[in-house]
Amino acid sequence: MTLGAESGPPKIPLLRDPRFRALVIQVALCAALAWIAYELEEEVRANLVRNHLSSGFGFWSQPAGFDISQALIDYSSSASTYGRAFWVGLVNTLVVAAIGIVLATIVGFVAGIAQLSSNWLVARLAAGYVQLIRNIPLLLQLLFWYNAVLKTLPGFRDSIALWGGGYLNNRGLYLPAPDLNGNGLPIFAAFCLGLVGAIVLAMLARRQRLGVGLAAGAGLVLVLGLPFAAFVATGATFAFEYPEMSRFNLRGGLEVLPEFVALLAGLVIYTGAFIAETVRAGLMAVPRGQTEAAQALGLSRLLTLRRVIVPQAMRVIIPPLTSQYLNLTKNSSLAVAIGYPDLVQIFTGTVLNQTGNAVEIVAITMAVYLVISLVTSFAMNIYNARMALAER
Amino acid sequence: MADAQAVSVAGGFAYVRGEPAPALPPPFASTGFLGWCRANLFGTPFNAVLTVLTVLLLAWVVPPLVRFLLIDAVWTGADRQACLESAAHPNVGACWAFVREHLAYFTYGSYPIDGRWRVDLFFIMLAVGIGWLLWLDAPRRDLGALYFFGIFPIVSFFLLYGLPPLGLEVVDTSRWGGMLITLVVAVVGIVTSMPLGILLALGRRSRMPAVKTLSVIFIEFVRGVPLITVLFMASVMLPLFLPQEYSPDKLVRALVGVSLFSAAYMAEVVRAGLQAIPKGQWEAASALGLGYWRTLHLVVLPQALRITIPNILNSYVALFKDTTLVFFVGIFDFLKTIETARANPLWATPVTSASGYAFAALVYFVCCYSMSRYAAGVERRLAVGDRR
Repeated sequence: MTLGAESGPPKIPLLRDPRFRALVIQVALCAALAWIAYELEEEVRANLVRNHLSSGFGFWSQPAGFDISQALIDYSSSASTYGRAFWVGLVNTLVVAAIGIVLATIVGFVAGIAQLSSNWLVARLAAGYVQLIRNIPLLLQLLFWYNAVLKTLPGFRDSIALWGGGYLNNRGLYLPAPDLNGNGLPIFAAFCLGLVGAIVLAMLARRQRLGVGLAAGAGLVLVLGLPFAAFVATGATFAFEYPEMSRFNLRGGLEVLPEFVALLAGLVIYTGAFIAETVRAGLMAVPRGQTEAAQALGLSRLLTLRRVIVPQAMRVIIPPLTSQYLNLTKNSSLAVAIGYPDLVQIFTGTVLNQTGNAVEIVAITMAVYLVISLVTSFAMNIYNARMALAER
Repeated sequence: MADAQAVSVAGGFAYVRGEPAPALPPPFASTGFLGWCRANLFGTPFNAVLTVLTVLLLAWVVPPLVRFLLIDAVWTGADRQACLESAAHPNVGACWAFVREHLAYFTYGSYPIDGRWRVDLFFIMLAVGIGWLLWLDAPRRDLGALYFFGIFPIVSFFLLYGLPPLGLEVVDTSRWGGMLITLVVAVVGIVTSMPLGILLALGRRSRMPAVKTLSVIFIEFVRGVPLITVLFMASVMLPLFLPQEYSPDKLVRALVGVSLFSAAYMAEVVRAGLQAIPKGQWEAASALGLGYWRTLHLVVLPQALRITIPNILNSYVALFKDTTLVFFVGIFDFLKTIETARANPLWATPVTSASGYAFAALVYFVCCYSMSRYAAGVERRLAVGDRR
């Protein structure tokens, strides 16, 4: 044995070498998974044949032949395909999720701030709301809103008249519909353009360290001014179309399904309670010294909140807030229980029952939710990277 | 001594006070009930307005609620007649008679009546296990864990499903129902998600790329989709995946779905705990010659799990609420039995639904709220230990 060999790293028996072990474990794991996947695929094929189930995506372009109670894009039971039904369901899911997110954020922030109120009664009430709602399953709440509240409302003859010309009865909610005599689209487009412009302006202002107040003013002009200009340019007239009581039903206006109202109420109240806890935790995470220091610098209460407390609290609030938004979107799938035609109800319910393509349909549904989740968490990671404290 | 000092300070002048004046009583409006109200309810004009509005809101909501739930409630009765409006009862509140009548159904489902002692025994065994684990000063909590995660599930299975050689008749799971199913789903979820979650969390932190990738894919996939689709997958696709002769029963499919789902969430909770353990702990264990598993078992997991107990309990609360979703795959859990009983024509009244839901809400609230209070208590207790 030479001296050179001894000075090298000590020789490890192959079986005790961590690198070799890791390799063996991983190869074994992958092989096992591949084998299971292969066996499963064989079994699925055999079972499909045995049960005379169809497979493949051929059903996508077959006529659907069932009605959907709420279709925001063109859909008819006679002419539309299963693929079209999928899009109707997806739009319905996104609509309830979008409205739910906006309302739940408002409810959550109000309840979260109220929990920290110096008013004892308000703080207790908010805490009671949060504790009560968080500890009751959402499904039970949805069933309660639908079966015990909305279904027991009076019939249309005794509709409850709402302030502003709407009606509420056991067939749903009837609201006045804004009527722009056909010019809604350009005005809406102008609004979107204004919104984008305002956001870009705010980003530029932040980068240039210009006064943010100026950008906010200019943004407001853009958001409100552009649609108004379009309104004048197209010569539209603005009026509300009010629902009217006729002999057998309410006509006109915006008809909202009771299922939608129940689902929205349940989701907003449930998620609002979780957002309230998030907001409370975020506000409490800002040390007291920050408020005191801001006061010592002579900042007013409002400025203290806007420039010191909220920016620091938002850093803590936003990540869990996003996951609450995702939860709300995923929870909207409970619509199945009360018959709101969302993606799961239409696609994994009716379409699956009619076609029997279980594997494809469940896979597509999961993929949709997965894409929504992954896109959101990707955006979240970018935001986190930008907002993270710059440390050494 | 004090007198002499006082005299010297006063310098002998009779008009200079030699001792502090006696404290005046605090102003009338800052003590007692009135002072408390002023400080907490009417501190500022805005607060005063808020207080008035809140009181009005409470006055609007609470009395009708109390009247419905207690004062006007019907406590006894044999059928729907008791809960209908009549000359004797112009205002009918909650129909608790309906709940009483169906209480056995809500508890056992359609489990055979002469076999219900088996379910009762299961409830008692569960209570013992939970008590043993949750009572932090209980003797031999290691044995308690062994009992809860090992002995109790196996014994319960034979007790509930049946073991003909011992004279326990087989009771098909389609006859199980009510609280029994809810607790079975919750217990199976809790017992299986813990080890699976720990394995997944370790996998996610592993240095082996294949293990890490597979763990991440599983965790992110399951967390990205709603539980309802996981249950659909389990109930529709599991029978396709397995040979026909092994086709699992409906309850087993749902249990597989719930277990996989809660394992992914548990994995993230455990991962947070693992991340809180300083690297030095691993290095110190290596220096002492401990291998990977022994380091985990003796050094890392005891610390990581201890600090995650509150989060683990909170994810159990979420799991308990999620058990209601087995409803969608045709299993008669507690909520589903309420839904079924609600539709019973013998008890069809305008208040039946509200009564059933109020009862269900009370049961779920008591279970979940006590669990989350306990978690908060443990968190406080841990915080005391870490305080310097």
